[in-house]
Amino acid sequence: MAHISLLKRKAIHALAETLSKQVEHFNETEVEALIGLYHETLGESAAQGGAVTGLDRNRFRMLLYHMFGMTDDMIMAGVFRTFDKDNDKFVNEKEWVKGLSVFLRGTLDERIKYCFNVYDLNNDGYLSKEKMFNFLKDSLLGQPSEEDPDEGVKELVEMTLKKMDHDHDGRLSFDDFKKAVKEENLLLEAFGTCLPDTTSIEKFEHQVFPKQGKP
Amino acid sequence: MGVTLTKAAQWTSSGTGKLELTPMNESLLKEVLRSVEQLFSRHPQESKHVFEEPLQWSTTLVASDFKTDYDISEFNVQSNEKDSEGQPLLRLSPPTVYVRSFSQLSKLLHLAADKKLEEARTCLEENRDAVVKILGPRFADILEREDTQTDPVDEDTSEDSEVKVKLFRLLQNMDQQLLSKLLEEISEHVRLDPAAANSDVESLKQFCRGGDGRLLKSVRYTSDYEFSNGCRAPPWRQVHGEICYLIIEPCDTEDLHITCSTGGVYLNAPSPAPIGRGECYAACNIIIMVGRTDLHIIAYTTLTAVGKVEENNPGREKSGKKKQATGAKGKLKAEFSLSSLPGRMTPQKSKTLAGAMELSSDSSTEDEDEEELSERRLQIQIEQSPDYWLIYKLVKFLKRGDQTATVLCLCAMLDLNLMQEGCQLDIWDIGGVEVLLNLLDSDEVKCQTILDMDGLQSIVKILDRPYKDLKALAAETIANVARFRKARTTVRRCGGIEKLVKLLDCLPTLANMSPNQEKDVEVAHCGVLALWSCSKCNRNKEAIRVAGGIPLLGRLLRSPDVNMLIPVVGTLQECASEECYRIAIKNEDMIKDLVQNLSSDNNELQMHCASAIFKCAEDKETSDLVRKYNGLEPLVLLLGKAEDKKLLAAATGAIWKCSICMKNVAKFQEHKALESLISLLTDQPIDVLINVVGAIGEFAKVAANRGIIRKCKGINPLINLLTETNQALLVNVTKTVGACAIDRDNMAVISQLDGVRFVWSLLKNSSTEVQSSAAWALCPCIENAKSTNIEVLASICAAISKIAKNKENLAVLTDHDVVPLLAKLTNTTDERLCLHLAEAIGHCCMWEGNKASFGEAGVVAPLVDYLKSNNSAVHYHTTMALYQLSKDPNNCITMNEKGVVKPLILIMGSDDEKLQEAAAGCVRNIRLQALAGKIPPPKKISIGTAKRCGKGL
Repeated sequence: MAHISLLKRKAIHALAETLSKQVEHFNETEVEALIGLYHETLGESAAQGGAVTGLDRNRFRMLLYHMFGMTDDMIMAGVFRTFDKDNDKFVNEKEWVKGLSVFLRGTLDERIKYCFNVYDLNNDGYLSKEKMFNFLKDSLLGQPSEEDPDEGVKELVEMTLKKMDHDHDGRLSFDDFKKAVKEENLLLEAFGTCLPDTTSIEKFEHQVFPKQGKP
Repeated sequence: MGVTLTKAAQWTSSGTGKLELTPMNESLLKEVLRSVEQLFSRHPQESKHVFEEPLQWSTTLVASDFKTDYDISEFNVQSNEKDSEGQPLLRLSPPTVYVRSFSQLSKLLHLAADKKLEEARTCLEENRDAVVKILGPRFADILEREDTQTDPVDEDTSEDSEVKVKLFRLLQNMDQQLLSKLLEEISEHVRLDPAAANSDVESLKQFCRGGDGRLLKSVRYTSDYEFSNGCRAPPWRQVHGEICYLIIEPCDTEDLHITCSTGGVYLNAPSPAPIGRGECYAACNIIIMVGRTDLHIIAYTTLTAVGKVEENNPGREKSGKKKQATGAKGKLKAEFSLSSLPGRMTPQKSKTLAGAMELSSDSSTEDEDEEELSERRLQIQIEQSPDYWLIYKLVKFLKRGDQTATVLCLCAMLDLNLMQEGCQLDIWDIGGVEVLLNLLDSDEVKCQTILDMDGLQSIVKILDRPYKDLKALAAETIANVARFRKARTTVRRCGGIEKLVKLLDCLPTLANMSPNQEKDVEVAHCGVLALWSCSKCNRNKEAIRVAGGIPLLGRLLRSPDVNMLIPVVGTLQECASEECYRIAIKNEDMIKDLVQNLSSDNNELQMHCASAIFKCAEDKETSDLVRKYNGLEPLVLLLGKAEDKKLLAAATGAIWKCSICMKNVAKFQEHKALESLISLLTDQPIDVLINVVGAIGEFAKVAANRGIIRKCKGINPLINLLTETNQALLVNVTKTVGACAIDRDNMAVISQLDGVRFVWSLLKNSSTEVQSSAAWALCPCIENAKSTNIEVLASICAAISKIAKNKENLAVLTDHDVVPLLAKLTNTTDERLCLHLAEAIGHCCMWEGNKASFGEAGVVAPLVDYLKSNNSAVHYHTTMALYQLSKDPNNCITMNEKGVVKPLILIMGSDDEKLQEAAAGCVRNIRLQALAGKIPPPKKISIGTAKRCGKGL
């Protein structure tokens, strides 16, 4: 982080101090490290000039890809949207730290909320069949050509809906989703992986956090 | 026979009802002949049964062919054998012959000699409904339907029904044998050709007619183009022997896709599995049956030869197939995919499947289980779970789905009742296990979370992974799987025990646990569950100990959580069968925790604790510890839970073992344990009884308690238990009765209830343990036998002589002062008593020292007097006893004084060599003493005696 100026470092430190009080799962050192990473990612483009207000969609996706091996466009878009709380198309430091706190160390409730938001493409509070279909449409590989490739996916959607739709209104509300996941934790990422697995979390934390920062 | 004849025999298609002259028909006929002859020779009674209607056909035989036993008049012949109404059982009025029993039939065939085959053929041709004629329409119906479950006995009331039923069974067996014989032959020879396939299709099409009642909607070729050679398959498939493809549309189920090839007819699996073309039935001869439940079997067609009818489940189509996959042998994969359709599996096939399933098993020993599995599959195949198609779909998705889809499918699958055997077998059937196993190998954590049947090694490997959830699940799975012996072995062999033991390392007693520590505890819980299942095998117990599991279990034992405690104590009590565990339980101070948990409000936990104590408390220190930790009172309290038999058995067992220590008995009595125990002597399962009686036996060692047993009316049920057969129980009962008998008043009750006789009869028990404890029990009875009743005394003596044959028993008897007791009885004149007494004395002399003791007790003189009796049996036993006694020099002197030699010499004249020998031996002993100068030389007879002695010996 040699290219980060002393001044900036001080600013980061101050910010870390404030943010660590707002975020649950990180201590101050960790927050500082995360903000460091944030600026590091930003830094490359900042060096190229131009006003930068935060991580844009592309940079964020690159980060998800490199750090957590995520590939699914739709999911990554969803993750970005979930991080970007104020909907300004940029993830700022606060959103970054808060987002990662759930992303890396969220409690089950936090993660349920997070996942639901990722899947809820248009933020209307419901997962409709269409949304599910969109997420699952590539989930069955190697469909034999003579069969309608969507048929299996539709069946899968029906099956999932049957399992999760507790109020039987043909779509999943957040309550449905929460209840289903509470019953069966495996359903948390029912429509695509949007959380990192244990291995990559460990790897990430190992890489980013200074050793003494670990709880 | 019915099925074979209707379905297997090749009738000419012209409708004239002739049997074609084919090699197969010929062998069929030969088999029929053989069977008929066999029936006659092996079941003469059944073969005499008179047919409902005669079998009649035009024979080539003429009157001159018939010999004795027949009434021959010119051209006509009648058998001498007649039925109850006087009608002959065979009648020939050329050219027709009428036969009305199997015995006649077989005789006729014998007469026909080399024309046998011809006769049989005509007979069958002209009696297409032979079975109906033999048994009457109703029986024949059942036979035809192959409904072996139906028992016609209930329905039939006619007097000859029994014979009829037997005959029916015989015919049924015959039918089966014929079919299987034929099948072997067919599978060797038959190859399909286009013409045959074509004609089969034509006959199938007949089932498509008939409006609503029809069986098939349509039968059609996939291709209308017919090549010049009659095949419809494309040339590049013809190279593989394929002839044509069919789609059969049944009325009630999905379409059947069928491939006809020269190798046989195959039912294509409903969906193409990744293995490719293999998903068809590889069987040389398959018949495609389209069944409908209401009528059991309606449509069938012989696409070459024989088929077996498959009974159907409502709404589900099934295809029957016959065995013999000559072409497909060894193609494991193909075979495996065969199971993608439910169908009857032949043993051969099951074996191959078992082979395929051995994917994850480590040795040949495993395949037994697999075979068992497939056999079970056979048994319950009809009851496929209602979720079959759902499972089928899920497995299909699992095969193709990415991670997300897989998770969804697995979740859906979890919703099904996976513990239900039917479901598991369905998954297995569809090939789902393979898929699940693949998942296990994948790196994806979430996918590895279910698995119910196999892949133990993979699961064991998972135990090494860092994810705690996964570990817990894996351990839980092992816990489920390891209920089977083979699985337990596998777990041990791949080092699973060690890994499971490692899981136990956690701090269960922490007041405030971090989520992480909670996880650890959860993992440990699953680990213990798995160990519990595994601990049912001795080698595993050892492995757990070696892996350092005992201290960890000890630590978990302090957990406050009942769910944790149950498996922990369960494991401990299972392992407590091993000495080293018992020592460890004592030394690691686990008794304290076990005692504490006796007062838990969970019955299961109490049960395991009690049975752990049961197994450990034989050790004195341990049972002292139980007392020290106040464990005795809760044990007595458990006796109140009489409704939970397992708990009761464990609690009584613990009381039994604890009561070996007298201090404990005293403590128990403060809580009136004995009274409660006595109330449990009736109407309890055997394992409770064993323990209760054992405990009462221990209690009865204290004098005061013996009185209590009587006062609480405990003796009566105890005596009743003497007639039980369980040997462990008998050992305890006899011991207890013996202990009770020490009390005089008790003895009175025992005699009154004829208890001595019962105990005595147990001396004949096959178990040496029962024998010896019965002997023990008799001792106090004998001691108390101050009865003046000669009969009682005689029987006791007889008992003693029986018991004394065993060295150990004799030692016990001697310890119980049997010698003076018997000596006291010698002054009797009752012959019966004399007899048994002499016998008893004789046998008791086998113990060193007793000979002298008897002499000192003064039995010799009265015994010599017994020789005056006229009863030869008395002579015999007395002589035997005297011979034994004579081995002691002092006795010889006494005998000589009493003038024993004379009568003995008389006895030497007996015909019984043994007796001669004993008498002579006795005289010889006396003589030896005389020679040694201990006895003044007798006059006159000494030389003769010595001579005879020599002869006798």
